Amino acid sequence: MNLEFMQGALPLYASALLLTLRISLLGIVLSLVLGLLCSLVLYQRERERSRALWGLGKLVCVYIEFSRNTPLLIQLFFLYYALPKLGLMLSNEECAVIGLTFLGGGYMAESFRSGLEGVSRVQFELGLSIGLKPLQLVRFVIFPQALALAVPALGANCIFLIKETSVVSIVALPDLMSVAKELIGMYYNTLEALFLLVLCYLLLLVPVSFLLTLLERKLRYAEFGI
Amino acid sequence: MPNSGFEVLLSVNNLRRLAVGLGGTLEIALISVAIGLALGIFYGLLLTSKNRLVYGLCRLYLEAFRIVPVLVWLFLFFFGSAIVLGVNVEGFFVSVAVFSLWGCAEMGDLVRGTVTAIPLHQWQSAEALGLDKWQVLRFVIIPQALRKITPPAVNLVTRMVKTTPLVVFVGVTEVLRVGKQIIEFNMMKNPLASFWIYGFIFMVYFLICWPVSRFSKKLEERWAF
Amino acid sequence: MGLLKGKVILEIAGLKKCHGSKVILDGLDLEVTRGEAVVVIGPSGCGKTTLLKCINGLESHQAGKILIDGREAGSPGFGWHEARQKIGMVFQSYDLFPHMTVMENILLGPVRVQKRGREEAAAEALALLERVGLADRKDDFPRQLSGGQKQRVAIVRALSMKPELMLFDEVTASLDPEMVREVLDVMLQLARAGMTMLIVTHEMEFARVASDRVVFMDGGMIAEEGKAGDFFREPKTERARRFLKTFYFRAD
Repeated sequence: MNLEFMQGALPLYASALLLTLRISLLGIVLSLVLGLLCSLVLYQRERERSRALWGLGKLVCVYIEFSRNTPLLIQLFFLYYALPKLGLMLSNEECAVIGLTFLGGGYMAESFRSGLEGVSRVQFELGLSIGLKPLQLVRFVIFPQALALAVPALGANCIFLIKETSVVSIVALPDLMSVAKELIGMYYNTLEALFLLVLCYLLLLVPVSFLLTLLERKLRYAEFGI
Repeated sequence: MPNSGFEVLLSVNNLRRLAVGLGGTLEIALISVAIGLALGIFYGLLLTSKNRLVYGLCRLYLEAFRIVPVLVWLFLFFFGSAIVLGVNVEGFFVSVAVFSLWGCAEMGDLVRGTVTAIPLHQWQSAEALGLDKWQVLRFVIIPQALRKITPPAVNLVTRMVKTTPLVVFVGVTEVLRVGKQIIEFNMMKNPLASFWIYGFIFMVYFLICWPVSRFSKKLEERWAF
Repeated sequence: MGLLKGKVILEIAGLKKCHGSKVILDGLDLEVTRGEAVVVIGPSGCGKTTLLKCINGLESHQAGKILIDGREAGSPGFGWHEARQKIGMVFQSYDLFPHMTVMENILLGPVRVQKRGREEAAAEALALLERVGLADRKDDFPRQLSGGQKQRVAIVRALSMKPELMLFDEVTASLDPEMVREVLDVMLQLARAGMTMLIVTHEMEFARVASDRVVFMDGGMIAEEGKAGDFFREPKTERARRFLKTFYFRAD
């Protein structure tokens, strides 16, 4: 392997890695927020029969199905190439983050929801019987337990979303894939370019998955409590 | 509808081209699903091995495909094949290879999970009834395992179908590329073509994946013990 | 407590509750006065648990009245949120909030619902824990406790709200036999201290010793009631006699 070439390419990879990191982070945070909101709408809909919630819940369901059953690549094509024709101009980075959020929100919503459903009914009666109001009940009793139950799935979603960012070069972002492709195309240093590419992804993903395992272990109480 | 651009989808020729493009992607997906799932069953059994070396190697393969994005694997195989084999392998074969290996890894993990989830007392109580090993497998273990594994395996199929558009990165002519060609061809007289074409592809993928994942969910609900 | 003793705290009249076409409570009347320990017994499925859940609003009723401290449930100005603060309930399942320590479990109500100072509430909680012999476990998580210990904490959690009425729903029914005693002891102690209690139980010996009055339920209404001693010695109705008989047969 050509070490000198690799040294020269490092800054390119570093800035690409930062870009991937930034997009992933934004996408993950926003999809957590979106997913949480969606799951709370669905959750509240089961408890409270109001027309507004019913409609909102339907909308959320449709969104979740779309987000989970279409490829990110196609979502991005639509955002980047189709929407500007309707007058909605988005920068490449906005496209990537919005696409990732659209995709991730559905997955996060499902994870939060199964967490919420995993909290036993008895906990409601316990909380109500000590006089908690509905919002307090969710905040102090239901949500902390649901979160602990949902962490493994949420973590898996985070890794999934980071991996999905590998397609953002399609909206002309200079991410890791496009740097590798360019180096291969221009200099034919295929081996080095691929090696650095894999290295960068490992650098990004191995610590994340390690951290998630630790977090899961810390939150294990959710499984035994009762 | 003057100027709405929708006409672009009314042209039989355009639709046929899109269908051919889509067919190319689906072909890769289906071949890979078949190979991946079949190999995955054997690989999954290997994953339950007590032999540390066998288990370690199998685990390494699984983790490698879990942690490195599929697109990176496509690049590795596509560009790497030239280094290792000395020839450029066509995108189609690279794609089939990568998606099969990925499917095999994921399927293997499902199989492993299913096999280890069937409690030992199922074996013991079946044997206590006087069934021989083969009968236990045939009448007790396999029926249970099939029920358990079918929903997530069906789900894996939709994941693979959803991921195959990535083959556009390794030069396979598929639906996105065809779409782009149609849009470029119509650029002058139909500026809204891209909206309709990409919207159409988006809906087509949804209509392929959605029923399948609903089916998987239904199976899961019906077969929950 | 002494001054108010003898005043009615809970009054139920003609209470009706159905699940679909199934009638659970069928015009039930019951009165509990302050300082009284009332035990409710009856065959399973007779509506005992439902009765308790109606009393603190965890289940709604279709007809009849529930008056808590003179105020009718569902009347204007009545809020379950306030009423539940006067009513402590301990459940059959000895669940605590699994993500909180023993102390946090107990403080949730006083601090978040009653907005009392954390320190003052904690001091009182500790005193209560002391009384049930669990002061040294205050920082443990529920999973580190046995079923009996959890149930004792659950009792303390309910007491920490300074309730005027305590509901116990078969609180020993899910416990391992060797843990039943420690929980019943705590309840007996409470009864002797003059706490107003409505207790659903299958522990006949406990009912005899701890209660002022026994209520026998059957088919969604009260079939018989009387002083514990009289009831167990000489039940008046045939149904109660038959029920007690099946019970003692098991004990023989």
